[in-house]
Amino acid sequence: MKTEYKIIVDLIEEKTRVLDVGCDDGTLMESLKKDKNVDARGIEISKYKVQTCISKGLTVIEGNAELDLKQFPNDSFDYVVLGQTLQAFVNPEIVIKELLRVGKKAIITIPNFGHWKVRLNLLIKGTMPITESLPNDWYNTPNIHMCTIKDFVKFSKIINFKIFKSLALTNKNISNINNSNLFYKNLFAELGIFLIEK
Amino acid sequence: MNIRENIKTLVIKKPLKLDCGKTINNFPLAYETYGSLNKNKDNAILVFHALTGDQFVTGINPVTKKDGWWSYAVGPNKSIDTNKYFVICANVIGGCMGSFGPSHKNPDTNKIYGTDFPVITINDMVNAQVNLLDHFEIKKLFSVVGGSMGGMQVLQFISNYPDKASTVVPIACTSNHSAQNIAFNELGRQAIASDHNWSDGKYLSNNTLPNKGLSVARMAAHITYLSKKGLQEKFGRKLQERDALKFGFDADFQIESYLRYQGSVFVDRFDANSYLYITRAMDYFDLVKQFDGNLSNAFKKTKAKFFIISFTSDWLYPTQENKDIVIALNAIGADVGFVEIKSDKGHDSFLLDVPDFLKTLKNFLDKSYSER
Repeated sequence: MKTEYKIIVDLIEEKTRVLDVGCDDGTLMESLKKDKNVDARGIEISKYKVQTCISKGLTVIEGNAELDLKQFPNDSFDYVVLGQTLQAFVNPEIVIKELLRVGKKAIITIPNFGHWKVRLNLLIKGTMPITESLPNDWYNTPNIHMCTIKDFVKFSKIINFKIFKSLALTNKNISNINNSNLFYKNLFAELGIFLIEK
Repeated sequence: MNIRENIKTLVIKKPLKLDCGKTINNFPLAYETYGSLNKNKDNAILVFHALTGDQFVTGINPVTKKDGWWSYAVGPNKSIDTNKYFVICANVIGGCMGSFGPSHKNPDTNKIYGTDFPVITINDMVNAQVNLLDHFEIKKLFSVVGGSMGGMQVLQFISNYPDKASTVVPIACTSNHSAQNIAFNELGRQAIASDHNWSDGKYLSNNTLPNKGLSVARMAAHITYLSKKGLQEKFGRKLQERDALKFGFDADFQIESYLRYQGSVFVDRFDANSYLYITRAMDYFDLVKQFDGNLSNAFKKTKAKFFIISFTSDWLYPTQENKDIVIALNAIGADVGFVEIKSDKGHDSFLLDVPDFLKTLKNFLDKSYSER
């Protein structure tokens, strides 16, 4: 399993209710059920991936986070997970607010656009960066709102949500992000993982 | 229609109060079963049929001698695996395959009911069929499954009997009939009623049959079961056994010939008055209204696991109407999965060979059964 998923599983308490937004083939939901006895639900935009989830016995609905989160009542989940898709939404602010309305807490992971390879790529080539985690050209990427770890931290102050825990993933190593190391984490982390609250 | 051989019938002695206010008792409910009930009696699936279906879900229908209406989905190793599950299906009351319906004789007058038969509802259908559980001594069904009007019965069933099924699979259906749905049904009913042979519903006593009207009703309905794209790909403007237009009103086009054929074979197996009664039951179906405008309340008492399926090209019961059921369930934190299957085959997709659908239905049922 991806290190990212292991970190998320560790962040989630046992026997809670979790909604995985963009649950893909259900890998994370499966380990949440198995390891944390979680009541897991998923939303996934690809009908084929929904079918895969159903075949694994997972409760998943086909849908789009921007349109379909509104059907869930306030605080109906202990955690809502959004893995590496915030940058693909038309309005990330509304999505974060919806995540925090539906869930008491949210876990958001973001591919870090501040990573040195990305910066170097743009600096040297002068074209939009293409990396392992960002493999698309500017004209066909679903990622329309890329941000850095630093941007996300700034965003929390702008739209007013609390970052409860922030972790950096660098070469499969996990570390905490704090005010004093933010510059370095923003340069070297491939992924930022944030546990947030209203 | 005559009571035929090969039809299993349960006589329901318990009085059933219908939504119209009348009470019926000692009435026949025709049913069929497939597979076998296990010792724990926890492998039963109640399948509900759609408007023109019947209890003969799979195998050769002993009356029509054709494949059962859900042969693609039900049978050994199929989506609803009869090696594993005990499948029960009953002909709805108001129907014409042995269950109590308008072609039966009224014991009080010794005349065929015709339009004197009480108007029945989806709720009445379900309340009649729940008697099958007592008959087989089944406390809880593993699943209730049905498409189209069958899906409406599924929703009504779990709302009436929240503890009587572990899984619930409504397919290509709605929680209330739209104006468009009612309009198409009314077109069918008026086609029947305007056939002189219908004789205000007394045709069986007069020995005439409103076959023209019933076949036109079927032709109109059949169009609603297909998609524009599906029709275009299958028929386009292809001509029927001719090289050029004949400048007349014969069936020049293949689509005309196809619809006429569908109409003509339908009248051999279906009763015109039953068509009136069952379409009326569908039109009256409004689970939202039954629960004072809040569909969620229909499902508040059940802990069942729901799986809702719609089809991309179904414009009769479009995805959004299926999704409204999903939304109502999510609003109360129910266990609900949902998928829209890609298919060009229109509303009829659930009856046809649509591999993604058949596979997904099987996966859901088998996985839920193994985790029960």
